[in-house]
Amino acid sequence: MNQDTPGLLPNRNRRRWLIDSGCVAAAGLIGLTRKARATASKLRVGMTPAFLHDQHSLLDEWRDFMAGSLQRPVEFVQRDSYRETMDLLRLEKLEFAWICDYPYLHLKQEVRLLAVPLYEGRPYYRSYLIVRKDNTQVKSIADLAGSVFAYADPYSNTGYLTPRYQIRQLGRDPASFFRKTFFTWSHRKVVEAVASGLAQGGSVDSYIRDTLLQVEPSLALRTRVIWRSPEYGFPPFVSHRSVSDTDYQVMQRHLLDTNKTEAGRRLLARLHLDGFTTGSPALYEGVARMMRAFGED
Amino acid sequence: MRWLFNLSFRHKIPLWTSFLIGFSIFVVGAALMTRAYEVMKSAVVISATNLGHTLANTVAPTLLHDDVWRAFEIVRSPIRGESARTPVEVDAVVVLTKNHKVFVSSDPDTLPMLAEAAALGVDWQQLSAQFGAGAKWPLVLEPKGSMYLYVALPITDNDAQLGHLVLRYAKSVFHPWFIDTIWQGLGIGLLVLAVLIPINWYWGGRMAAPLVDLAQRMGMMPETVPQPLPPDLYPYRDELGQLFQAYDRMVLALRDKAALENEMVKSERLAAIGQLTAGIAHEINNPLAGLITVVDTLKLRRDLDPRALRSLELIDRGLTQIRDTVAALLVQTRVQARPLNQHDLEDIHTLIQPQVSKRRIRLDWSAAMPAELPAPASLVRQILINLLLNAVQAAAEGGHVSLWLGRKDDSESWLSIVVRNDGTLLGDEQLAHLFEPFTSTRAGGHGLGLWVTYQIVTQLDGRIAARNIGDQVEFVVNLPLGDVICTTA
Repeated sequence: MNQDTPGLLPNRNRRRWLIDSGCVAAAGLIGLTRKARATASKLRVGMTPAFLHDQHSLLDEWRDFMAGSLQRPVEFVQRDSYRETMDLLRLEKLEFAWICDYPYLHLKQEVRLLAVPLYEGRPYYRSYLIVRKDNTQVKSIADLAGSVFAYADPYSNTGYLTPRYQIRQLGRDPASFFRKTFFTWSHRKVVEAVASGLAQGGSVDSYIRDTLLQVEPSLALRTRVIWRSPEYGFPPFVSHRSVSDTDYQVMQRHLLDTNKTEAGRRLLARLHLDGFTTGSPALYEGVARMMRAFGED
Repeated sequence: MRWLFNLSFRHKIPLWTSFLIGFSIFVVGAALMTRAYEVMKSAVVISATNLGHTLANTVAPTLLHDDVWRAFEIVRSPIRGESARTPVEVDAVVVLTKNHKVFVSSDPDTLPMLAEAAALGVDWQQLSAQFGAGAKWPLVLEPKGSMYLYVALPITDNDAQLGHLVLRYAKSVFHPWFIDTIWQGLGIGLLVLAVLIPINWYWGGRMAAPLVDLAQRMGMMPETVPQPLPPDLYPYRDELGQLFQAYDRMVLALRDKAALENEMVKSERLAAIGQLTAGIAHEINNPLAGLITVVDTLKLRRDLDPRALRSLELIDRGLTQIRDTVAALLVQTRVQARPLNQHDLEDIHTLIQPQVSKRRIRLDWSAAMPAELPAPASLVRQILINLLLNAVQAAAEGGHVSLWLGRKDDSESWLSIVVRNDGTLLGDEQLAHLFEPFTSTRAGGHGLGLWVTYQIVTQLDGRIAARNIGDQVEFVVNLPLGDVICTTA
């Protein structure tokens, strides 16, 4: 199986996705009722492995904060891969989601940009190329040719698209550049895979790696960053296009105002974020360029 | 090495038994250790097999889907820390593909992904060589000289063989655990030794003490006859006890023999003296008879002046004294034989009475005899008078003398006479020469009484013996009964 082709998923998943998509189309008529019910009842927010998503207590705190602020029941939906969250969005099983920039561009037709988190005061992050701390030979991705490489997720920009783009820039085929590649389905686990020596190199979200340095330095310090990518727009919050304008604005207002309350700031501190901004699709032009290089729209 | 075998039994028995106890404890300990190792190994294999089956089932889908990270998480799940702490804790888990390449391992540093199993070392070469058809699962491999024990299982999915799961256990973890067991075993062994060794030394010493005693006594043997062993030294009936009894019998026999020899020497000497004195007496008696006759004849003459007569009388008294002395030396047993009767004893009692009274002696008279006994009366009277007067003289003033006369041990053929006095005990030197002539034990005696008694007794084929018994001196005479007709000396 060629893991370097994002569109190709295990057969079962692809089939399910196709069926589900068909269902969505067929259920167009009842979409309104469902939307009405969703609006009246709780808001469903998809959380992706875009951050350290195994911090359950943090998620609970955030959800309670959001529900209290919106005066609405809120449900956080966690999935192990971007793909699953994307599917839930497509199926309108989520009103909002925090997704990676790369899936956002994939889902541009279905979602609207809601807000962009501010990391170190700016809505940007990067991709890091990491190797193990004791590996001093590797200076750039070119030195990793023929090695074992850990990707985060096939729908991750920093954990998949960027390194492949790099390889392509070297004039090599990402499908054959490495001896072996695998997905860990989480940025944190990429760090773990590299630290344990399972993979000689990995590509990871700068926000995750830097946060790890603070919350789990024993793991993070076993890796070394050998290359930093240009800045990309930070993984955004999106809303499905079916979400009403009111809900959209209420949620956007809530996010933008997070750093205006004490509880919000405490929450942001735990998330290692500074706040939210409205952002613009132009932030993601760099990703879109890389996608075009791979023939994706 | 020979000195070890020359050691005394006192040391040798405890030493040998201690050595045997130590050796037994060592052998049993070693056997238990070996067993403990086998048990530990089988515990490891059982635990490994259980873990292996679970892991093989869980990891199979990841092999099918090439999900390296999931497989890594699975194989790493049983690994607790940097290194295993108990023997059943797995050291490394490796998933090999069908082509014997590492699909994933819990320790990517030493067992990297995609490496050929055969390139991982000798252990792995041996292991992958045994993966062929006909292998018995779970495959347990303990390569010679290796630090590890391997347990391998196949990974299958619906009968399709996907690869192999190998669990590696570090034997270095066994060692501290094993050393603990050894220390425990050693502790128990020392405890057992601490209990057994003193018991063993006591028992060995007890066992050896009689033997040592026996050896010492037997070592004295040719020069002196040793004492018999104390009866409580070893009061058991085993071979050792039998040996000691035999020794005691032998010692007694030797003492009897020595006493007999002693007696023989003594009686031979007395016999020689007897012959000599008899010879001399005869030689003196013959001229003496002539001389006495001449003196008697001369004394009858009237023409002798008084001075010559006094000289003749002086010669006559001297010759008579010589004759009496010689007559005493020359014991004559050829006398008119008459059986001993009750009156003879009464006579003797009367005869010695003045002496007894004079010295205020207490006399016990115990003569159990019928009216007559077939023994020569005059000789028995002489023996009795000699012994009794002797005893009365020997006893202290106001002392005690006893006579016992009767059949010896109620026998028909022996008469026994026992005379005791409470005078001074006899010394060894006195006992040795008691019956020789002119050996008097007191002032005033001429030393012929016992000599005469001895001569009479021996000429009657009897026995006479003297000994100290308690604080008394005892003379025992045994005379054969029967024909009263006596022989002469």
